[in-house]
Amino acid sequence: MERRVKVKVEKLCKSFGDLKVIEDCSFQIYDGEFVCVVGPTGCGKTTFLNMLSSLLKPTKGAVLIDGEEAGPKKHNLSFIFQEPSAFPWLTVEENMAYGLRAKHKDKAYIKEQTEHMMELMGLGKYRRSYPKELSTSTEQKIVIGRAFAMNPDLLLMDEPYGQMDIKTRFYLEDEVIRIWKECQKTVVFITHNIEEAVYLAERVLILTNKPAKVKEEIIIPLPHPRNVEDPEFVRIRNYITDQIRWW
Amino acid sequence: MEERNKLEAAAGKLRFERRRERQKALLLGIISIFIFLTVWQMLCTLHIVGENVLVSPIKVIQAIWIKAGDTRPDGNTLLQNILSSFRLVLIGFGLALVIGLPLGLLMGWYRPLDKFIRPIFEIIRPLPPIAWIPIVIVILGIGTAAKSFIIFFTTFVPIVINSYTGIRETNQVYINFAKTCGYSNWRIFRTVGIPSAMPLAFAGMVIALGNGWGTLVAAEMLASNSGLGYMIFMGRSYGRIDIIIAGMLVIGLIGLALTAALELIEGYVLKWRIKEK
Repeated sequence: MERRVKVKVEKLCKSFGDLKVIEDCSFQIYDGEFVCVVGPTGCGKTTFLNMLSSLLKPTKGAVLIDGEEAGPKKHNLSFIFQEPSAFPWLTVEENMAYGLRAKHKDKAYIKEQTEHMMELMGLGKYRRSYPKELSTSTEQKIVIGRAFAMNPDLLLMDEPYGQMDIKTRFYLEDEVIRIWKECQKTVVFITHNIEEAVYLAERVLILTNKPAKVKEEIIIPLPHPRNVEDPEFVRIRNYITDQIRWW
Repeated sequence: MEERNKLEAAAGKLRFERRRERQKALLLGIISIFIFLTVWQMLCTLHIVGENVLVSPIKVIQAIWIKAGDTRPDGNTLLQNILSSFRLVLIGFGLALVIGLPLGLLMGWYRPLDKFIRPIFEIIRPLPPIAWIPIVIVILGIGTAAKSFIIFFTTFVPIVINSYTGIRETNQVYINFAKTCGYSNWRIFRTVGIPSAMPLAFAGMVIALGNGWGTLVAAEMLASNSGLGYMIFMGRSYGRIDIIIAGMLVIGLIGLALTAALELIEGYVLKWRIKEK
């Protein structure tokens, strides 16, 4: 089946002064796809994501979503950051609705969407709690739920589990896959953890060192949930590790 | 389920221990005040200091009691004086809040506004409020406006500085998230900047209110015919040490009550601020 192109990145370049961070980067992301971006530390992964979400303007080239230049006012973009980013002054319920309020006036729709997401994330019992009253993993679940609740055209995740312990990370990785399947959203997930990338992604983009461009893309045909001990899984993981090591 | 019960039991124990801590602190406070008053009383009853220098706490309390219904020596009952001072502080502090809070927040958020206003503010900031008194008399005379203006200046500066600093320290991640949602800068200011500035802004208000109430006596030096500061000055003119100390005590107690009231409001508005996880 031919998949529809959702995001098209064309000859993207970004430099800060003389420093070239991204050079001539082109690729496509299909509708409903889960893509992981991996690359050496400090290769400009975050810069890359900041351009997808148009927090930064590219120096040259363009990011097109559904054929139009990407912009937060036009498109539903949703960002999950590395640092905890649930608003501490809003309750779980209000946090969930925050992203939706940017573009929707219809209270009933916001309510319905928020309820749906809270149920999906199992956060209903905390609806009146504030993030600081909850554990770190629950707080991150608020952030994930808030992002999915916005019904995003594109969901960008910037090493969202980078600072979590292994148990929490495994749990949240399974959660994000479950919700992605449920909601059928396009996800771009940045990580430097190769195992995480192979565990989650349908397709992995490997970036080169600075100035970054796409070195290779690898399709991972394994069904979810994946077994980290499956020989095929191990083979792909080792292959990607080599690609990054021998850039 | 059992684990949950264990957790709840542990939480209950923690709450109980915290309450014990608070009770201990309260008890220590009461003992300290009691010792202070006893020493003071002893100094007077044993005539270690003369009655023309210090009167005993019992006399002070008597003075407060009598002053409740007596207009001597300054021409007002205690309540009239309290209300008069209260009005000054509320006008001064209220104005500072209404002008200073939005000003600090907007300056902290919008750089051009900051650059525009900052030079003037930096000149005004280090001026002690008392230094305003002569010019205020010339411009505004000696009425309520003049006195409120002095209070206004003491309270204005900490309110502006704290709300400014508070909003400047807004976590960039929150702002970025709001941006990627497609919010306009003005809406991000309202929904992210202001709430995240509130803890520091409130701290500023508490400082401001304390300062304002503290400057009261100085403001009422500007010729008044009522107020707690005025009462103290009249006490001095008539050599009534008991009235002076009574005035000081009432100022102190009301200052304490005002701060407590403000902290109560803070606790309600900032109920999301839980100190520990």
